[in-house]
Amino acid sequence: MLLNVGPSHPAMHGVIRLIMELDGEKIKGVDVEIGYLHRAFEKMCETVTYTQCFPYTDRLNYVSPLINNVGFALCVEKLLGLDIPDRAKYIRVIMSEISRVTDHLTCIGATAMELGALSVFLYMMKAREYLYELIEEITGARLTISYVRIGGVKADLTAGFAQRAEGKIALVRKTLVEVDELLTRNRIFFDRMKDVGRISGEDAISYGITGPFLRSTGIAYDVRKASPYLIYDRLAFEVPVGTSGDNLDRYFVRMAEMEQSLRMIEQCFKQIPDGPISGSLLGCVIPAAQMVDAAKMGQTQELIEDEVVTDPTLQGSTRKYHDAVNAIDKEVVLPAKEDTYGNIEGLMNHFKLVMYGHGIKPPIGEAYFPVEGANGELGFYIVSDGRDQPWRVRVHPPCFPIMAALPKCLVGSVMADLIPTFGSVNMIAGELDR
Amino acid sequence: MTPLQKVQEQFSKDILEARIFSNEETLTIKPSALKAVAEFLKGTPGLEFNFLMDLTAVDYLFYAGGRVQKEWRFEVVYHFFSLKFNHRIRIKVAVDETNPQVDSLSGLWASANWYEREVWDMFGIRFTDHPDLKRILMYEEFQGHPLRKDYPVNKRQPLIGPKI
Repeated sequence: MLLNVGPSHPAMHGVIRLIMELDGEKIKGVDVEIGYLHRAFEKMCETVTYTQCFPYTDRLNYVSPLINNVGFALCVEKLLGLDIPDRAKYIRVIMSEISRVTDHLTCIGATAMELGALSVFLYMMKAREYLYELIEEITGARLTISYVRIGGVKADLTAGFAQRAEGKIALVRKTLVEVDELLTRNRIFFDRMKDVGRISGEDAISYGITGPFLRSTGIAYDVRKASPYLIYDRLAFEVPVGTSGDNLDRYFVRMAEMEQSLRMIEQCFKQIPDGPISGSLLGCVIPAAQMVDAAKMGQTQELIEDEVVTDPTLQGSTRKYHDAVNAIDKEVVLPAKEDTYGNIEGLMNHFKLVMYGHGIKPPIGEAYFPVEGANGELGFYIVSDGRDQPWRVRVHPPCFPIMAALPKCLVGSVMADLIPTFGSVNMIAGELDR
Repeated sequence: MTPLQKVQEQFSKDILEARIFSNEETLTIKPSALKAVAEFLKGTPGLEFNFLMDLTAVDYLFYAGGRVQKEWRFEVVYHFFSLKFNHRIRIKVAVDETNPQVDSLSGLWASANWYEREVWDMFGIRFTDHPDLKRILMYEEFQGHPLRKDYPVNKRQPLIGPKI
């Protein structure tokens, strides 16, 4: 019998169509049909400037958008040969790790919910909410964050962020303990996950699978360890691995990884270099419009020390924070808002970077940069032809090879096993279909 | 000896370009040599590229406004990764505009299967001996190959679906 599951099915999160060939309850064959969420990411990136690609990258893996931002920025910086300040590196790592935890929370929560453990899902969403509040505090948005910039980040951490984050981390840890008690020794959960959706290490490698899925088979490949980027080489963390490559191992790997991510965030707060010293303003604080008016009259001398009050969307891009989290390179990084509003050099610099045909222009060449996404190796491959628009942007989506291997995990098992297996592979249609 | 040098030594007559840019090793080869190079990368002790991490293509039509002359229009780009030695290499295959065709690597790496379908879908490059070369992200009735540079970004497609 042929049975069609999806593209829109209550037990499947994300749009994907599985055409199952069944014999009774046994799965004889699976045909995976993807592309329902194709948004022409790669084509659209060719039509905009490098900075304008960031909003598109938000929508790739929409459960951990910050990692996509970081990956894209690192690839362009590699093309440019640009190094960024340490503080910005730490901020990128902190935000990436928070995102990784939100991603794993969503994955395990959804899997558990589909197996009937609705309370686990609610606990996980509660924990994710704590982390989303942190993300919202820094980036101003929960999902479409567009926070990272080429050469730095949009805004510095807010005052007292570390204390608040540590409070939230404690709450997340508490939730993880609760979930562990509910699931790990739960007979129903255990039986439905154990030895289901199994894949061997050789098969996983042949399919090009990375991330928690590969690590559940016992192969300890993690981009953060194998080729450390940003400041991952200064952090102590372990790479949890499974043994049998089944759904239960994937659950254990994800649970252990969340703890490692939280550990990394705590270490980052201890190591992060100081940012701006609060309360040491040299001039007075004036609204942006007043500064622009004064500058128009040519009264720029009086404005040199002044700080400007900006629109909330520009918070953190004033001079006080700007240099701590951005590379000092006028060809790449927008000037601080006081310079844009208050003197002609800053204004010209700003225009030169945002005008069509004048923006960030990496040299002719190509670069591939892998980062560890929540699902595995997230790689950006960018070809530059020396203009301000990328010639080609290719994203290597970690769930693409996993979905290609889905028939391998499913054939031979029973129909009911589809649900936990599909949950534990953590398909994110946004990055799968691009 | 780096992986790049090893391949260069073995396949000197098939190599069109060799480049190291931002610490990444890149080789451009003739399509006829692809399968041999891939087998060499996978099977040679000391190289052992067991991952085909990524496979994509680039269309160089009107590249850099004609400042950089390329004799071929497409490049199929392979990113190989070796878990054992933690090294990477990028192999690019130069493909002509007329009859774009490359050997399929799906017999060597299972991951090539879907990636090659994607390249066929997006660029219209055929892979010989591919077990099931059909569109993957687009639908069967889609006309043209969207990531080609001569495909307009705002092009409309004919409506499909049941006739009322």
